[in-house]
Amino acid sequence: MPFFVSLARTRCTPRPLTRFIWPVPVVSRRGVSFYNADVAGLTEEETEFRNAVTEFAEKEVAPRAAEIDKTNTFPSDLWEKFGEMGLLGITVSPKYNGLGLGYLHHTLAMEALSTASGSVALSYGAHSNLCVNQIHRHGTEAQKDKYLKDLVDGKKVGSLAMSETGSGSDVVSMRLKAEKVDGGWRLNGNKFWITNGPVASTLVVYAKTSPEKGSKGITAFIIERGFKGFSTSPKLDKFGMRGSDTCELVFDNCEVPEENVLGQVDRGASVLMSGLDLERIVLSGGPLGLMQSAFDYAVEYVHDRKQFGQPVGTFQLMQAKIADMYTKLNASRSYVYAVARACDRGRTSRRDCAGAILYSTEKAVEVALEGMQCLGGNGYINDYPMGRIVRDSRLYTVGAGTQEIRRMLIGREFNEQLKN
Amino acid sequence: MRPSAARLLNILVPVKRAVDYAVKIRVNPQQTGIDTNVKHSMNPFDEIAVEEAVRLRERLKDQIKSIKAVTIGPPKSIDTLRTALAMGADSAIHVEMPESAPAPEPLAVAKALRAIIEKQEGGVDLVILGKQAIDDDLGLTGQMLAGLLNWPQATFASKVDIDVAKKEATVVREIDGGGEEIRCHLPLIITTDLRLNEPRYASLPNIMKAKKKPIEKLSASDLGVDLSPILETLKVSEPPKRVGGGKVESVDELIAKLKDAGITAV
Repeated sequence: MPFFVSLARTRCTPRPLTRFIWPVPVVSRRGVSFYNADVAGLTEEETEFRNAVTEFAEKEVAPRAAEIDKTNTFPSDLWEKFGEMGLLGITVSPKYNGLGLGYLHHTLAMEALSTASGSVALSYGAHSNLCVNQIHRHGTEAQKDKYLKDLVDGKKVGSLAMSETGSGSDVVSMRLKAEKVDGGWRLNGNKFWITNGPVASTLVVYAKTSPEKGSKGITAFIIERGFKGFSTSPKLDKFGMRGSDTCELVFDNCEVPEENVLGQVDRGASVLMSGLDLERIVLSGGPLGLMQSAFDYAVEYVHDRKQFGQPVGTFQLMQAKIADMYTKLNASRSYVYAVARACDRGRTSRRDCAGAILYSTEKAVEVALEGMQCLGGNGYINDYPMGRIVRDSRLYTVGAGTQEIRRMLIGREFNEQLKN
Repeated sequence: MRPSAARLLNILVPVKRAVDYAVKIRVNPQQTGIDTNVKHSMNPFDEIAVEEAVRLRERLKDQIKSIKAVTIGPPKSIDTLRTALAMGADSAIHVEMPESAPAPEPLAVAKALRAIIEKQEGGVDLVILGKQAIDDDLGLTGQMLAGLLNWPQATFASKVDIDVAKKEATVVREIDGGGEEIRCHLPLIITTDLRLNEPRYASLPNIMKAKKKPIEKLSASDLGVDLSPILETLKVSEPPKRVGGGKVESVDELIAKLKDAGITAV
């Protein structure tokens, strides 16, 4: 009975299927991703992990992605859902409710969330890696006991602040000043481009404790939203990643107790730099997820859309687009996963962490634009997700570092290694 | 094997690894079945069954002694057991079949389940199954199992309440006219319908904990059951492509057209 076949297939399930509104032509998603699990080389356990996060993302994040982008708002209920799912403490010890897993797992989670929504994944990455992982790696027992559980459970939101309006790529030129006072420190200055800034309760902030020492005078602090003298300004109106709230932090004689120094005084630069390596590799999952989303969408579209009596995907120039998107996606993924695995084996390579995010970012922008082209006119209207994917992909060329700095860094590493 | 009075409940939840609901099905070139080289996951109605068992434990707490999941299938089916364990089952049984063996039919599955139930130390008080599997849509296993065991059955359940002390269950069943409420004695077979609950997805910490939960491996011969099919599939083909209809301008025209097509009583 054809009626019963189709009934069982599409109706007898509690999970919503993605549908798009009339009057524009409808592409019905098969909901199947072309993620190549064999080439990704995941173990059974890693595959099970990834499937669980993917299912969560498809159910809890993907249906809201368009609305999040339109309203430029991160849904506040997602943090606790992330916490319950166990997503916020992937690399954190079970002692603090974490999973005690590695950077490959964290990258897989980042990728799966980014496939659902680039902006949600970015905020997720900032909380779970930039903030949580830094506290986990450098915090004292007292600091970890005090801050980690709430962050891992999603009850509090985390953030990390190093950039300023005048200090982006030249981050060690930062001007936020921390003066020693009785019982702690007094901070004066600003931070800019801070992801989760508007909502974070726990922030890892880098400040100059000894400005005369330049890069050797930076200290990391843990700031709580309630500290006297700390405030945030309204969130920025960004081109993409609309849903990852970003803003300026204002420190006006902000009082920070001594026990909130993270790591050692004046030794913050190494905390910062080593954190950046791991940030780069985990955030590389972001561009991968965007590419997977763009590819899955575009390849289905070009087989549904017919012109001249056949699916447009059968024309050679479109076949070339499919091939290029597919190979760029898989090549990027192979590099990123390989570097993540090396990090898990304790072999964190600065040039490769930079290389992984450099390459995957570049390819993500290309794949997203190509995906948009595949949709023709439909790629140009916001009823379709492609425009959002393109806008989101652009962030990674300047966020978490610029492509130029990444290139410079890799070149410099070789210069250092090969100098006489 | 009737359990004695005033004891804690043992729940058995059979689950099936079926083609994922989101996959677009294609008939294989030989026309013997569908292309199974696609994503598989736990049958959605079985997820509802596992969820109901876990919710019963959340409501009745210590009165639920154990929740055991069972599957009959190839080695890969162990994934569905892991999902059930991650959702809250305590242990599982895998009746492993060779990869090349044809999928067992409902009667064979019911016989295997009966054999498993009879082997369970402490007995089984409640078996919760999905009402049907989304690959074959047969909807037979639960009813056959009830018949073989001579247990009562409450099928197409949209609400389940258990009174452990009285060893009774009150179940609302989905029927064409609405909902039918019945009261049954335990031990009982329940099959789940869509509106019974919305299954939780397994959280990552629970997935990791599930790895430590025991999975017992059994074979068809251990159970003394023959799982080979008794039906022969002659041909599988896609339904004919739908052709467009026609629009009518008035009710009279509609009646005239229906009469022409011979679809009226007069």
